[in-house]
Amino acid sequence: MFPSRIWRDCKHRYRLEAGKCTKCGKIVFPYRLICPECGHREFEKVILPDTGKLLTYSVIRVAPSQFTDQAPYAIGIAELENGVKLLAQITDCDVDKIKVGMEIRIEFRRIQTDSHQGVLSYGYKFVPKWY
Amino acid sequence: MVGIVGYGAHMPRHRIKVEEIAKVWGADAPSYKKGLMLREKSVPPPDMDTITLSVEATKNALKRAGNIDPADIGAVYIGSESHPYAVKPSGTTVAEAIGATPDIHCADYEFACKAGSEAMFVCLGLVKSGYIKYGLAIGGDTSQGAPGDALEYSAAAGAAAFIMGSENVVAEILETHSFMTDTPDFWRREHEFYPQHAGRFTGEPAYFRTTMGAANAILKKSGMKPEDFTYAVFHQPNGKFPMRVGKMLGFTKEQIEPGWLSPTLGNTYSGASPVGLTSTLDIAKPGDTILMVSYGSGAGSDAFIWKVTDRIDEVRDKAVRTRKLLDENLTYVDYGTYAKFRHKILKND
Amino acid sequence: MRDVAVVGVGMTKFGEIWEKSLRDLYVEAALAAIDDAGVDHLDSMQIGCMTSGLFVGQEHLGSLLADYLGQRNLAATRVESACASGGLAFRQAFIEVASGMSDIVMAGGVEKMTDIGGDGATYALAAAADQEYEVFHGATFPGLYALMAVAHMEKYGTTRGMLSAVSVKNHHNGSMNPFAQYPFKVTPEQVESSVMVASPLRILDCSPITDGGAAVILTTVDIAKKLGKPIIKILGSGHATDMIALHSRNDITTLEATSVAAAQAFKMAGKTIKDMDFAEVHDCFTIAEIIVMESLGLYEPGKAGEAVLNGETGLEGSFPINTSGGLKSKGHPVGATGVAQMVEVVKQLRGQAENGRQLKNNPKTALTQNMGGSGGSTVVHILEVA
Repeated sequence: MFPSRIWRDCKHRYRLEAGKCTKCGKIVFPYRLICPECGHREFEKVILPDTGKLLTYSVIRVAPSQFTDQAPYAIGIAELENGVKLLAQITDCDVDKIKVGMEIRIEFRRIQTDSHQGVLSYGYKFVPKWY
Repeated sequence: MVGIVGYGAHMPRHRIKVEEIAKVWGADAPSYKKGLMLREKSVPPPDMDTITLSVEATKNALKRAGNIDPADIGAVYIGSESHPYAVKPSGTTVAEAIGATPDIHCADYEFACKAGSEAMFVCLGLVKSGYIKYGLAIGGDTSQGAPGDALEYSAAAGAAAFIMGSENVVAEILETHSFMTDTPDFWRREHEFYPQHAGRFTGEPAYFRTTMGAANAILKKSGMKPEDFTYAVFHQPNGKFPMRVGKMLGFTKEQIEPGWLSPTLGNTYSGASPVGLTSTLDIAKPGDTILMVSYGSGAGSDAFIWKVTDRIDEVRDKAVRTRKLLDENLTYVDYGTYAKFRHKILKND
Repeated sequence: MRDVAVVGVGMTKFGEIWEKSLRDLYVEAALAAIDDAGVDHLDSMQIGCMTSGLFVGQEHLGSLLADYLGQRNLAATRVESACASGGLAFRQAFIEVASGMSDIVMAGGVEKMTDIGGDGATYALAAAADQEYEVFHGATFPGLYALMAVAHMEKYGTTRGMLSAVSVKNHHNGSMNPFAQYPFKVTPEQVESSVMVASPLRILDCSPITDGGAAVILTTVDIAKKLGKPIIKILGSGHATDMIALHSRNDITTLEATSVAAAQAFKMAGKTIKDMDFAEVHDCFTIAEIIVMESLGLYEPGKAGEAVLNGETGLEGSFPINTSGGLKSKGHPVGATGVAQMVEVVKQLRGQAENGRQLKNNPKTALTQNMGGSGGSTVVHILEVA
């Protein structure tokens, strides 16, 4: 992936920076220019909480090329404490033991490795919340 | 007063037992376990590296530091032998991830296993001189051991982060000393994937001579004796060396045990003595003194004398304790999975 | 708005068609449609294709395909809406004729997916999802639909057997379609033991990688009468989008764009779902057909799976769905799919579907539903034979 694409989304992927509409309070992640709920154009910065619950998940066994080494891996959509929903990989767990409703925490992990030469991509993944 | 304001560690969930590795290479597991005083080690999965371990350790340190604004961190130094890039500091990503950019000094450190303590050494100096308000010092590694080599049994992954400052100090720095000579016991040439080492030469002339050199110098400087300390943390490339050097210096097993993690963690290289310090702080009481002596092949040792303050009781459980990360919620892998995780399998790339 | 009719249809065989290039596939289908219609010229062409750029490095399809179709200077437009590109091309053609802008317009669709390895195809298809917030994290298309399946199974108790029933039915129908990629039947056991792709979806729950082209000709009802063709009118057309990322949507067990587009189409046609006799829907994955059935209002939420299991959507059932074999058995050359749905519907309404898959009770009114990505866009049409 080209460096500028990785760099542009750092604040979202590294720090979970989201935008809260100053009119209706809807939290958008990632940041947008216009609120999808009320059409207002001003937002204040909020940081997403790092815990939540899994709404759904799937174990990917046929993976795209950047992820073949990680297969089988799980992806899931979690609802965070503040209601925001997010898709991420679920890591550090037995893929056969994941359940809908499982509590998760967000951890900073490497997401993609571009061959031996390319730039590394970092971001968020879910891990089972055990403490 | 200058010292540690916040501290934290992080390590993988995966482990591999000595027996699993010995099986593949036809080695005698019991003698390795006895000789190294080591049973198992941590294994980083492919999505963990020195940068991710550093970020998570720092988040724990920030929790313990209380309400500090990451933007007040004036320097970020990460010491490691396994920085993900040869050119592009790990510190830039870590600083960005915690919101400490852009007004911050950054450098990556290397000196085999003492790179982490170097970062701590320098941060303390910058805080003490008034150049920065807080300094972030991290020691972490996802070190590699060559397949079939003795080091494969111990090369592990983990990181510890320390926020140094002069307000709300948890452990005050009383004295430091650094001891270094040109001693080629363990090295890695540029473009090589695995390090080399000089076998038994890594013992007496390297680890022991250097560690004792730094320890004796700081004891003399501070006028303190081993029995004056509550705890001691030494570099732990295996379970045996730190216990032996401690004994040689006059410390007891009980003083060393709280920070002695290598029997089940392995050698986290730049993270080794720093992570040991975090597990010691987790159980220390106000007024306790801790001697920490790191060791990095090449060779050098950084020695520190810490005095724990009253703040430790309020702060220690604001983040997860290191022993909990070490002992709980573990997944054991076989050698094949380990080799896959550690990129030891040749592929067309 | 003028009344618009479909007067000619054509398609290539769908499959891994090594000997034919993108332009070959399109032109073959287009010529078949022109011959079927008996028109002597076209005013304009709308071409549905998801990503000839990523698959074969070719953009500017308007120019390329008008050229290769021998239609000098023809106004030709490339239409893209991921897997709904074909359906959307059809809608654009409908709008052009209905508005009076043009009289005879071709709506074609094509995709050439095998001139690139499996990895390349996966990468190209993933462009229909949210690149930065879904694909970046390792989500694949089967993965996104699997997330919907798990949520649907958790909420309504939809079972593995119900998913299999969709695949079995569609393969049964496709086995009679001479243009289908996989014209053979499958059993539930075969579906349930096929290799797992993204739990719970297995390879026989997923539509394949396919090359193919399809085309139809739209014109005014008056011209259709002059051509002596059966009058198959487009009564309604609907088009809606939804948030692109699955996690942004309120409820991932329904497809809101399908419901909204269908409502628009029904309103335009002055009809309801109960007036439809059969439908061609977008079964990119077995779970998709089930959720679409509910989002169209055909069944209550949570009840569609059982209906498939009971045979209600089979050829002999109360509401046949995907008599063509659907995307599962017929194949899914992405941009061509929406147009191929029209080809099947027209054949059925003319009474000309091949080999025993013709519906016996003189079907009169049909619905087509063509969807892009994980439901980020949907086009619905209603056709009726006079």
